[in-house]
Amino acid sequence: MDLLRFAIIGSVDDGKSTLIGRLLNDTRQLFEDQIAALEAVSRRRGLSEVELAFVTDGLRAEREQGITIDVAYRYAATPRRKLVIADCPGHVQYTRNMATGASNADLAVVVVDASAGLKEQTRRHLCISALLGVTEVLLCVNKMDLVDWSQEAFERAVEEVEDLADHLTITGVTAIPISALHGDNVAEPSDRSPWYGGPTVFEALDSAKVGEPVSGGGRMPVQWVVRHRDGRAYAGMISGGPLRVGEEVLVLPSRRSSRIASLSTFDGEFEEAWPGQSVTVVLADDLDVARGDMLAAAVDPPDTVTELEATVCWFADRPLQAGDRYRVKHTTRSCAAIVQAVEGRLDVNHLKVGPAERLAANDIGLIRLAVATPLAVDSYRRNRTTGSFVIVDESTNATLGAAMVGQPVMSPV
Amino acid sequence: MTAIRIDDLHSATSLSHLDMLESQAVFIMREVAAECERPVLLFSGGKDSAVLLRLAEKAFRPGRFPFPVMHVDTGHNFAEVLAFRDRRMADLGEQLIVASVEESIRSGRVADPGPGASRNRLQSVTLLDAVAAHGFDACIGGARRDEDKARAKERVLSFRDSFGQWDPRNQRPELWQLYQGRVRPGEHLRAFPLSDWTELDVWSYIAREQIELPPIYYAHDRAVIERDGMLLAVCEWVRPRPGETIFEETVRFRTVGDATCTGAVRSTASTIDEVIAEIRTSRVTERGATRADDRFSDSSMEDRKREGYF
Repeated sequence: MDLLRFAIIGSVDDGKSTLIGRLLNDTRQLFEDQIAALEAVSRRRGLSEVELAFVTDGLRAEREQGITIDVAYRYAATPRRKLVIADCPGHVQYTRNMATGASNADLAVVVVDASAGLKEQTRRHLCISALLGVTEVLLCVNKMDLVDWSQEAFERAVEEVEDLADHLTITGVTAIPISALHGDNVAEPSDRSPWYGGPTVFEALDSAKVGEPVSGGGRMPVQWVVRHRDGRAYAGMISGGPLRVGEEVLVLPSRRSSRIASLSTFDGEFEEAWPGQSVTVVLADDLDVARGDMLAAAVDPPDTVTELEATVCWFADRPLQAGDRYRVKHTTRSCAAIVQAVEGRLDVNHLKVGPAERLAANDIGLIRLAVATPLAVDSYRRNRTTGSFVIVDESTNATLGAAMVGQPVMSPV
Repeated sequence: MTAIRIDDLHSATSLSHLDMLESQAVFIMREVAAECERPVLLFSGGKDSAVLLRLAEKAFRPGRFPFPVMHVDTGHNFAEVLAFRDRRMADLGEQLIVASVEESIRSGRVADPGPGASRNRLQSVTLLDAVAAHGFDACIGGARRDEDKARAKERVLSFRDSFGQWDPRNQRPELWQLYQGRVRPGEHLRAFPLSDWTELDVWSYIAREQIELPPIYYAHDRAVIERDGMLLAVCEWVRPRPGETIFEETVRFRTVGDATCTGAVRSTASTIDEVIAEIRTSRVTERGATRADDRFSDSSMEDRKREGYF
């Protein structure tokens, strides 16, 4: 059994939470007490039918306002895999929470309203998830009942998204006409769409061939130094690779080199370690290695930089501008940083970076940053872990923005 | 350089979903230990915290745990759970702190709700007092997002202000695996390494790792009463009220908490494999089946969490 993480994205009111509720309900993955609770809350609100969206709208404020404020995580399974579902909020003011949900996703499930066309917020979500490296999309054209199951309306919606996807270098779009409210093509094929011969949403999730592209260059940011009888060992999660016993590695940023003497976990030693594995490494030489350093394949190391260009999703109400001082957290290292320049802001409608003095809340932009300690970075396109960092307020410790090393990869509309 | 896809990795390394969950949890524990000054691991004696202890071994052995273990003790414990706690801690050789609700009542910090009443909600005060007294800046807990719809909303590293409050409408963005653990004095974090685990994942891991649990997780005969549709074990704090009768049932516990509000389920599952088979076909969530504390309102977990609950 493997694990598929996906984020459900799209504009407010297009039916994201309803789709999850429907999917869980129709595959019998809702429990009786959960259904009873949904029935009770729906009755209290004077609704004649059970409101499936309440499955994920777990906060009181969300149920009162009928909107999703923060990501809800739900867990389900298909015959082949465990599903981790991130139901993302649609409102623009909660973009930070949408980005939280999409940052670890293998696949984006995009919900659009067949009767309304592609909304700006959907464009923004697709743009952010593509920037975050989610290049596989399952497009659910929802509310097909409101357009009388018109194949033309479906194809119009698909065309709009595919056109945008091309510009965003999204590689795969699978499109399904659905009604989340009535359950058509969600878990069961619908007889209202005889012109559609593709998979249901459930089948598409079961068979989606997805996965984060992982760079071949071996990487392990050092999390924790372990002292034991063989001297010192370094614990961390592999974030590129594999790394193999005997392989030459560089300790970054110092660039001292050594070989991997052993790779192990609590359960024993092994010859190679792959991305996603938490391991302990012993080096052949006694070098000065601390948390925040990175072990990297000597044949293919990342760049070590003190200045870098990054694409930023800015979340804070206070704007980001040249001269600002922040902390950044990159892999296991935190250090001070100064914004040297805001190089531009991304116009999500035209996918063009235009001039800007500052970035406001929910803007996406390109900045140049100087950091107080050398960082070992890859471009985000190459490696999601070594190519990403967050920007943190020095005094409140609030997370203000998320950054990806390099320029946004997209072509203007 | 060609990109490798996770699909290929699975075939290359056969990382199962349990391997991925384990690796993620170990990563989270190490981040908390490294980023925070004084973390503590919360241990209730239940299955989730038994799994946490195994994950702490995976993260830090052959070294010692870089944090003590703390039990917030309501004073309404199942004897088997306390025995298990003490045996497990002796095996591990790690430091145990017991924060006592009884003590909070005696010192007047909280009012005694009366004999037999649930002390579940009082635990928040005891917990926050212990956090303040020991200067803890992070509490590692075994809560899972599949347990409750408010928990489903919570970050892996969840910020608490200087009043111990959770503000679910204003959580820190948490992207990738960049767990951001900085807090100011008086504030603290809750860390949930099992966030993405389900009840079935926990039991599958217990089976794989052969993790010992308190025997009350497996079917046994017990004197019970039925109250509010739940089977409560008859003990010092749970006595039959007028109209209630004591009877013998074959039961097991799906969760372990305060004895006055933790219900048993009828079950004949006496081995790990039988429990897994039972969970696979269960039509009721674990908290729905066993926790009176979550039944009072639609937002009871959210309300308790806002006040500082686990």
